[in-house]
Amino acid sequence: MDIQLKRGLLDVCVLAAIKNEDSYGYKIIKDMKPYIELSESTLYTILKRLETADMLTVRSVEHGGRLRKYYHITDAGARRIEDFKKEWHEIMSVYQFVTKEDHQNE
Amino acid sequence: MNKQDFLARLREGLSGLPQDDLKERLTFYDEMIDDRMEDGLSEEAALAEIGPVEEVVSQIVAEIPFTKLVKEKMKPKQRLQAWEIVLLILGFPVWFPLLIAFFAIFLSVYIVIWTVIISLWAVEVSFIAGSLGGIAGGVLSIFKGNGLKGLIMISAGIVLAGLAIFLFFGCRAATKGAVILTKKIALGIKVLFIGKESAR
Repeated sequence: MDIQLKRGLLDVCVLAAIKNEDSYGYKIIKDMKPYIELSESTLYTILKRLETADMLTVRSVEHGGRLRKYYHITDAGARRIEDFKKEWHEIMSVYQFVTKEDHQNE
Repeated sequence: MNKQDFLARLREGLSGLPQDDLKERLTFYDEMIDDRMEDGLSEEAALAEIGPVEEVVSQIVAEIPFTKLVKEKMKPKQRLQAWEIVLLILGFPVWFPLLIAFFAIFLSVYIVIWTVIISLWAVEVSFIAGSLGGIAGGVLSIFKGNGLKGLIMISAGIVLAGLAIFLFFGCRAATKGAVILTKKIALGIKVLFIGKESAR
């Protein structure tokens, strides 16, 4: 997949993974695994980017004698998901246009 | 290799990063390994899932923009002393040409790689031109009544066309290789920037 496109998609995927309840790194990777493969270094970069953009907040929670970082979605993050859903309609209509051109050329 | 080895080698590989950034990344991987083990994986299996340290390092390095690395390197660790500034200015005739030479070397490596690619494609183009010319000239010769000469020219043209087809795949593979090589060199320079400080 195109890198730029994938980057945009992954941002939204990570937001969606923490949308309903706060989550932590490994769980995000595990939840996304059936849909899209994500490496640790990529996830780290995405989480950093989303944190800088105020789309999520981080807090450390004591868990089994160690600290675990939980990520919590902000209003801006939730809005990003909604924007993505709207954008997706546009992308789908572009897709229809592109595939229609294919048929006309055949 | 256990978790501590992994983290130690990761620290070494990324030692050129700013301290707080490095610490945060190590904590992140520490948590990732612990969570996998809590999920029922053995220590080795958890590390295997994360991948070899070298690969992790180069992935991380590849994702950090080059400009950020250079900025981090250029930032003095503490404020420059007056004598250091004087030395920098006085030393300008020495370090500035060195800096230029450094970049010139990398630039020339790029040029050398891409010159090879361009010349390969030039040969390809000349093969195509030669084959078209040979066939056209051959046909013309036959019409002029010089049948033998025409046939030789046409067959030479066809041979050249065959060579052109073969070479096309070679050219394409070489171009792809050059793109990968160029990226590898860029990555190598970045690793040089990040990893070298472990000796200090």
